[in-house]
Amino acid sequence: MSPAALTRRARLPRGEGAWAWLAAGSVALSLLLLGGLLTLIAVRGLAHFWPASVSLVELDDGQVFAGRAVRELPLPAADGASGGRERLYFTGNRDLDGHVWQWVEVDRIVESDRPRELVVMERLRHGDFIGRLVDVRPAGQTGARTAAGGEAAWAALQARLAAVDALRGERDDLQHGVIQPLVRRLEKDPGDGAAQRRLAETNERVRGLQESMRRDVVVLESADGRRLLLTLDEVLRAWRPNAMPLPEKIGAWSRGVWRFLSEGPRAANTAGGVWPAIFGTVLMVMLMSLLVTPFGVLAAVYLNEVAHQGRLTNWVRIAVRNLAGVPSIVYGVFGLGVFVYGIGGSLDEWFFSDELPSPTFGTGGLLWASLTLALLTLPVVIVATEEGLVRIPDHQREGALALGATRLEMLTRVVLPMAVPAMLTGVILAVARAAGEVAPLMLVGVAKLAPQVPVDGEFPFLHLDRKFMHLGYHVYDTAFHGDDIQAAMPVVYATALLLVLVVVVLNLTAIFLRHYFRARHGALSRH
Amino acid sequence: MPELPLSQPSQRSDASRLESGRPNSAGPIIDFAPDVSCLDVEGLSLAYGGKPALRDLTLRVPRHRVTAFIGPSGCGKSTLLRALNRLHDLNEAVSRQGSIRLEGQEIHAPEVAVDELRRRVGMVFQAPNPFPMSIYENVAFGLRLQGGLTRRRMNDIVEWALEAAALWDEVKDRLRASAWSLSIGQQQRLVIARTLAVRPEVLLLDEPASALDPISTLKIEELIRSLKSQLTLVLVTHNMQQAARVSDYTAFLHDGELVEYAPTASLFTNPRLARTENYITGRMA
Repeated sequence: MSPAALTRRARLPRGEGAWAWLAAGSVALSLLLLGGLLTLIAVRGLAHFWPASVSLVELDDGQVFAGRAVRELPLPAADGASGGRERLYFTGNRDLDGHVWQWVEVDRIVESDRPRELVVMERLRHGDFIGRLVDVRPAGQTGARTAAGGEAAWAALQARLAAVDALRGERDDLQHGVIQPLVRRLEKDPGDGAAQRRLAETNERVRGLQESMRRDVVVLESADGRRLLLTLDEVLRAWRPNAMPLPEKIGAWSRGVWRFLSEGPRAANTAGGVWPAIFGTVLMVMLMSLLVTPFGVLAAVYLNEVAHQGRLTNWVRIAVRNLAGVPSIVYGVFGLGVFVYGIGGSLDEWFFSDELPSPTFGTGGLLWASLTLALLTLPVVIVATEEGLVRIPDHQREGALALGATRLEMLTRVVLPMAVPAMLTGVILAVARAAGEVAPLMLVGVAKLAPQVPVDGEFPFLHLDRKFMHLGYHVYDTAFHGDDIQAAMPVVYATALLLVLVVVVLNLTAIFLRHYFRARHGALSRH
Repeated sequence: MPELPLSQPSQRSDASRLESGRPNSAGPIIDFAPDVSCLDVEGLSLAYGGKPALRDLTLRVPRHRVTAFIGPSGCGKSTLLRALNRLHDLNEAVSRQGSIRLEGQEIHAPEVAVDELRRRVGMVFQAPNPFPMSIYENVAFGLRLQGGLTRRRMNDIVEWALEAAALWDEVKDRLRASAWSLSIGQQQRLVIARTLAVRPEVLLLDEPASALDPISTLKIEELIRSLKSQLTLVLVTHNMQQAARVSDYTAFLHDGELVEYAPTASLFTNPRLARTENYITGRMA
């Protein structure tokens, strides 16, 4: 028998080849599904920020429109014959047309090209505009009817937009940095004269800034020649995708991604960024870890090191393991009933009675959400820690005792340090479970829109009573509760991708920590 | 060190030699009366969940000597050793009768703090069990539990303990290295140093060399001999040559009972009971 045949025999013994193939096949299938899922989310999500080219399309009935091709489907064949294809365009201009999507039979397209001068404009209201730029001029002035798309007008628009952007930044800073704190101060002490004067002054300045932002108007023309007048403060950004070279498109794409990560949502969560949701998710998971770790570790230490190892302890252990299987919405209901209405309601009566009937802690909030999820993940931490404690050899415990350590000293100085990697394994599992959990959060504190993150410069800096945004809930809300779900789908994919990334980053952090603690304990493999 | 000659099975009928298999109802043969006893075990009976492990055991361990407990597996010699520093307290299933006195004081008395007792009666286990810390921290572990030591004093004691355990020269340049990076033999000497650092009066050794290679075993045996000028040692071993080489007195236990207890030389050369002779000549597992 040749050596090659021998190795083949060794790898797949007779009769076991089928099993090996089956096992390998299921692994491959799982990897394929996982990879496919991540690729779908990543591609759909990241494509959202790409400044895609815009076509000017003329149909056989003379209709002209400008839009971005989104996808193409075969037409259902009416009488057996092949029905051709149908293409979906995103045309924007909700204020002009009343819709933003247009299905077109590909056969009916007479002409389609990509003129450089087509402008896409992101606006505060009515979504994107797609068409031509005619002119930029001070409001009230009636300009000459210039031809659309002049380079001079484009340059003027970019300059003015930059100026308006600066004004907008200044206004938002005043709003968040001065007006909101003043308003909160006046809520507590309405008689504060100095604050009132400052508020009036600042309001005046904001009004002035808004006036300056509205000083100019932009004249636009849709592909079929309808004109539109917009004050410049309505326009967030404008770009000419057909005139952009690739590096510029990549730059615009990365700026888009950055805005998505760093800004708050707009237009009922279908546009803008998800920063408050990222912040809320991470903060909530971290608070949850801080709450669940000590409780879980203490419970595991009690079960494994202190309690009499009898039938009762075993029953408790079985109950804890079974708690991990309770559906999460049940925890949500428990959190609502016990934490929010029970404890929160009592706290309000005792400490915040002057605020009633508007609740402070008697409604969903960051603290109750973290506590509910801590409860949800408690079994995971207990089980993982206990497994770590069981693995610590008894001779380590006896060694400590034989040196005159009390049981507490033995626990804190020898047993617990050795169990740290196991505790972190528990935290990793808990984070993985909690970060993706949405159902219980809907009952105990997540909000559709809470642009203010629960941490700010105001005492007590971390506002545990505030509602918060969460990436998982943002996905659910954007996907099902918008006016235009089609338009929101890219945001959904992008948010889902982000949720996956946040979970991965949180897990990697915990895995890195665990690795660090294992390495610190030296050559563990010897034992 | 010359080997002590082990007794050969002989056919001579000695008046003091008793029948093999005779129940020990007449009590053990105890062939000496130590004038300075450190540990007094009196009428000690111990049971695991109702199953007796030690039966009405009485013996005295002399101060500043090496006493070896020998006997077949399951004879109760390790159980006796662990009773001497109350390690059985951890096990709820263990029940005990009888008394053990350390320097005349009953160790089970309510006023005795068990952690203080275990500091005075240190223990080294069969498998080396250094903590997952640096070499220095392992030796300093017991000192830190007591507290109140300056850094300089702590360093001095750590160095002294490592010297006493014949490990200092091998580790003095890497005191901050993980204790688990040492060889098994070094680990066992580190564990001895760790125990010595808290200045125990008694050192219990539970088969301390059974996991070690011959050279490490030799080092441990030399160490045991060198330590008896400072403290009382009690050694449990399966290795008869080891018991003969290092101990001054040897107790042979069987089935939870003390069978024979005598100066090592006389026990090995002239055992008074047939059971003892059978065991030390290898006729009884």
